[in-house]
Amino acid sequence: MRYMSRVLIGASVLLLFGCSNPDPSATGGPLAMRRLTGEQYRNAIEDTFGSQIEVAGRFEPDNRQEGLNALGASRVSVTRSGFEQYEAMARSIAAQATSPELRVDILPCEPQSATAPDHACITQTISELGRILLRRPLTEDDIGLRAQVASRVAEEQQDYYAGLQLALASLMVAPDFLFRVEVAEPAPLPDQPDRLQLTNLSLASKLSYFLWNRGPDETLLAAAERGELSKPEGLAREVNRMVASEHIATGISAFFEDVFVFDQFDALSKDVAQYPLFNNRMAADAREQTLRFVVDQLVTQEADYRTLFTSNQIPMTRSLGPIYGIPVRAVDGWERATLPANQSRSGLLSHASFAMLHSHPGRSSPTLRGVFMREALLCQTVPEAPADIDFTQFTQDVAAVHNTARDRLAMHATATSCRKCHALTDPIGLGLESFDGIGKFRLAENESTIDTSGDFDGAAFSNAAELGQAFAESPLVSACLVENLYRYAVGRKHTNGERRLLRYLEDTFAGQGYRVPALMGDIATSEAFRTATAPSPQAPKAQTVKQQTTDIDRTEFDDKAHVSLIVSKSKPT
Amino acid sequence: MKNSKSGGLNRRTFLRGTLGGAAISVGLPFLDIFLNTNGNAMAATGAPLPQRFGTWFFGCGMNPARWNPSTEGLDWELSPELLPIAPMRHRMNILSGYSVLLDGEANQVHRTGVFGALCGGAPKTADTVTGPTLDVLISDAIGTRTRFRSLEMAATGNPRHSNSLRDVSSVNPAEPSALGFYTRIFGPGFSDPNAKDFSPDPSVLLRKSALSIVTEDRKRLERQLGYSDRARLDQYFTALRQLEQQLELQLQQPPPLQACSTPQAPVDLPHDTEIDNVIANHGLMAQTLALALACDQTRVFNMQFSDRASSLRMPGSTDTHHTLTHEEPRDAVLGYQPNATAFVLKSMEAWTQFCQTLDAVPEGDGTLLDNCLVMAHSETSEANTHSIVGMPFMTAGTAGGRLRTGLHVSGVGESVSRVGLTMQQAMGLNVGQWGADQNQTDRPISDILV
Repeated sequence: MRYMSRVLIGASVLLLFGCSNPDPSATGGPLAMRRLTGEQYRNAIEDTFGSQIEVAGRFEPDNRQEGLNALGASRVSVTRSGFEQYEAMARSIAAQATSPELRVDILPCEPQSATAPDHACITQTISELGRILLRRPLTEDDIGLRAQVASRVAEEQQDYYAGLQLALASLMVAPDFLFRVEVAEPAPLPDQPDRLQLTNLSLASKLSYFLWNRGPDETLLAAAERGELSKPEGLAREVNRMVASEHIATGISAFFEDVFVFDQFDALSKDVAQYPLFNNRMAADAREQTLRFVVDQLVTQEADYRTLFTSNQIPMTRSLGPIYGIPVRAVDGWERATLPANQSRSGLLSHASFAMLHSHPGRSSPTLRGVFMREALLCQTVPEAPADIDFTQFTQDVAAVHNTARDRLAMHATATSCRKCHALTDPIGLGLESFDGIGKFRLAENESTIDTSGDFDGAAFSNAAELGQAFAESPLVSACLVENLYRYAVGRKHTNGERRLLRYLEDTFAGQGYRVPALMGDIATSEAFRTATAPSPQAPKAQTVKQQTTDIDRTEFDDKAHVSLIVSKSKPT
Repeated sequence: MKNSKSGGLNRRTFLRGTLGGAAISVGLPFLDIFLNTNGNAMAATGAPLPQRFGTWFFGCGMNPARWNPSTEGLDWELSPELLPIAPMRHRMNILSGYSVLLDGEANQVHRTGVFGALCGGAPKTADTVTGPTLDVLISDAIGTRTRFRSLEMAATGNPRHSNSLRDVSSVNPAEPSALGFYTRIFGPGFSDPNAKDFSPDPSVLLRKSALSIVTEDRKRLERQLGYSDRARLDQYFTALRQLEQQLELQLQQPPPLQACSTPQAPVDLPHDTEIDNVIANHGLMAQTLALALACDQTRVFNMQFSDRASSLRMPGSTDTHHTLTHEEPRDAVLGYQPNATAFVLKSMEAWTQFCQTLDAVPEGDGTLLDNCLVMAHSETSEANTHSIVGMPFMTAGTAGGRLRTGLHVSGVGESVSRVGLTMQQAMGLNVGQWGADQNQTDRPISDILV
């Protein structure tokens, strides 16, 4: 069954990318230099040394830019404490890979003597493993320098593997391992001298990180070395193969993890008195549940993207059962489940992961949830709260009874300074109020019935399930997916010249029944994906010292929920 | 920005030259330190004791009417929200009234205040910061001879809770766990300065070799990059070089340090934003830090007790400190927000405890705290309105006798850059003028400089 579906995807994609309907030619933007994410680092180590290697260490926090860590990856560098961690990880991995227990399976050759240098074997090892790590064939210098130092150490210490460890560690702290540096060459177009195209090897990396969230495999590297990725048929063949591969699930999962800001799970905590059910295992499972759901729908079932907002299927573990009120038979592992019909749940918006993440530690937050839906799912911008408003002027009426979030947010609908932003976030956020701060269904808050009805950009809904339906039907939702996926693929914001391409991609996405793997293939084969403009040799004007920043951290995000709730006298005890 | 004001030769610039970058505007008494007449500045071996700089951050400010002391100078009157610092008040200074001048920029909530103070000017847009921050400037000057250029800690357990950055591409992540922090310093790689025998670890040489191979690639890579990516690559190589220097130091026998002892590994407590956990983790981190300083593992540190827009919370509460500052009604009788204010008092208690921890380590003729300058600060004064007028600053320690303590100085209407300039000069940086645009100043707070 699984095999069949792969073949089908492959076939349909081949049809699409093989056809002659051209995309509007657009030149891509500036070349990107991206720091590997923690997940990409782990994947590279697995691809090079196998899955027995333990990667123990901490990665520097990602840097979210305009909603995506993938954009921040093009902005961050390495701090000294981050480098300290990379170096420690590199040593630990190199020691494991050359250990007597593992090296037979990992290393391509055995030295003639374990207590002496072996030039042929060290050269072969550095060259083969380095090729996977650096995503390119190594130069003579790359190999020679390392082989030389390794041999000297092997000689001095009478230990071949001591030398090899050093050579491997040096590869894992190299800048062109830790960063994916795009390299371009002039495109063969005499009328456009500024236009660059990625080298075959750079394009191979860009493709594989986009589609698989990992480095190129041997087939792709070999095709790149033969120059086949510069030819449309060679590129289409490789993209088809990659979209049909099982690794596409890893790629899709990585993309949605980024859009859904799931890295925030790392710092998620809940008040145990408010949420006695909550524990770390539950949070980890909630995160995985949503990603499994997405992959199951989009890859295994080849579903329309919009069904993510309406499907009542959900992967379930025992730890999550109590949140959804579903009895789970299996003690460990995942089983298929159907969302209970009486909880007005359907699709992503009713998942525990979203409810937990976009809440305060001790209560739900319609405003935080609304901000997330507007920004991540609709690609809209919600302005920051005004800095200088004394919010207590709205909260001084201590006699008022505010049992539900809707009561507490009511003034935002009337006060002019609040209404502009809260009209965007609160009505849709209130639609999810039937899920508490960890996603458990509830009918009432402080013994008052919760009203989940509202209006999403003109579409009336009465509960979360209908809100999900309205999201599925909104053209903004699918257009935002296209925009996010494109920005994720290229590691930067789209340029003006690429707007037409985005419209085109939206149309083909719709024309193909909103199939995400097919959309990824379209992006990967587009002209903008493989071309670039020349980098600026000078500092941008008036920006000699400043650069684009830093993270939207959770607390700053929280500020959009600055007055999301007012402390009421009838607070639960 | 960090260069001294140009101008004719005067007595000060002359002094600056002869002292090789020691503090400015401090007048002649400062020479005492160098003339070796001040026993406090010297270790038992006769070598000068290291001087350290640190920041201590607490989120969401205070209530100005209840925090700012009503009188200035020595023996200022304790205000309600400063009561917790009473046991240490004579080792501290209170600097009130200093503000980030906006220069026509928007007040970006919970950002402008802190980066205005640490970088000497209001950030221009929501996604820019003009680094480096004060601690990085100071660590560039005094932190190059220690194993760590600086150490960052977050008692809230979140590595993102850090205000320390060279530029926005490299925010120094904080250590989120007390045990992890301990292991980083006193785990493998730590060389006890008081150990009888010293033999350099041979693996250190190998590690240096691995790094030296990498630097060969620099030119080839740089050629392909545009301006901003080249700057990022520079940052990478700076980090690499700093590790090389760190390894270099590990090959040399460290000079003995009387105050240094190796602590026990702390227990690994839950680390999150619940106040009791934060206080416990903060206490453990402070103890480890104190000995890291005494063992001269670093001379610069940044402790975040809470984050910008404080996410501290009381057990069982539906609110966080931050949400309370905006949503809690002012108590009609008290005139302030009692639940939000409870966190201000907790912060002042923790700050006092932090200073006491440094003060508990004997060093030279005094304590470790005497040879530190710690600046406590927040991102706002009154959090309810995100005010960056009259932000709270406190200092503790004398940096080896370079600062007076026990004072309250009010700088109403003045730029926060005066605070940052004072810190740099007290730490011996050759800086006469600091800050951008309206926030630029060449006037340190001389009341507290010796």
